[in-house]
Amino acid sequence: MDDDDRVFKALGDSTRRHLLDRLFERDGRTLTELESELEMTRFGVMKHLRVLEEAGLVVTRREGREKLHFLNPVPIRLIHDRWIDKYTEHRVAALADLKHELEDTA
Amino acid sequence: MSTMTALSTQVYSVFIRATPQQIWEAITKPEFTEQYFYGARIEVKDGRRFSNIGEMEWDEEVLEAQAPSRLVHRFVAAYDPDMAAEEASRVTWEIEPQDGGITKLTVVHDQLESAPKTAESVAGGWMYILSGLKTLLETGKPLAG
Repeated sequence: MDDDDRVFKALGDSTRRHLLDRLFERDGRTLTELESELEMTRFGVMKHLRVLEEAGLVVTRREGREKLHFLNPVPIRLIHDRWIDKYTEHRVAALADLKHELEDTA
Repeated sequence: MSTMTALSTQVYSVFIRATPQQIWEAITKPEFTEQYFYGARIEVKDGRRFSNIGEMEWDEEVLEAQAPSRLVHRFVAAYDPDMAAEEASRVTWEIEPQDGGITKLTVVHDQLESAPKTAESVAGGWMYILSGLKTLLETGKPLAG
């Protein structure tokens, strides 16, 4: 699996997207906090967090005794830069071609 | 990132196919930073971090510099008058080698409690900067656009 595979796999699950939404609302949360908002065992939440961490979508940091989970949006940005910019490029190129064609025949 | 607590510490991380030394140079030398850091020429030397965009120049205190693994500096958004008036925050760059020629770069931007405008503004910026840095180091070219 490459990096993009891991990101898409991690995002392909509604519970994990929900966890990311919770972190988007308030970043830097403990497992206990996240667990209290989901109808799921602590073990289940841990498993999902691990998949998100492996995909780089969640980064953990120790602060004192606590392990805090942070949303890391960079992998999503990388997908954006890699794919969306490519589509934009084509659109721009298509418009440029159209302009040339219209101006040549005018 | 809609609340004050959410904004006071921000963490961004990216895996880059490059050595720690290459990443260190890319974040401390102006010939690299101008290619991905909104055109800013940034240089870390003599305990300061000097920035230059167009006519603007400013510098921040370097709190810790351990090449090629850790750089901690104050952060002032001097490019915007409203944000420049806020208290200085702190940026930590952590560079950790992984297996297979990959290096993990983590940026922690914290102590933003007294700089809410800066906190709001930098979030999108760090994503753009880290994405651009990865592209530059892996392809030798800046991000298009």
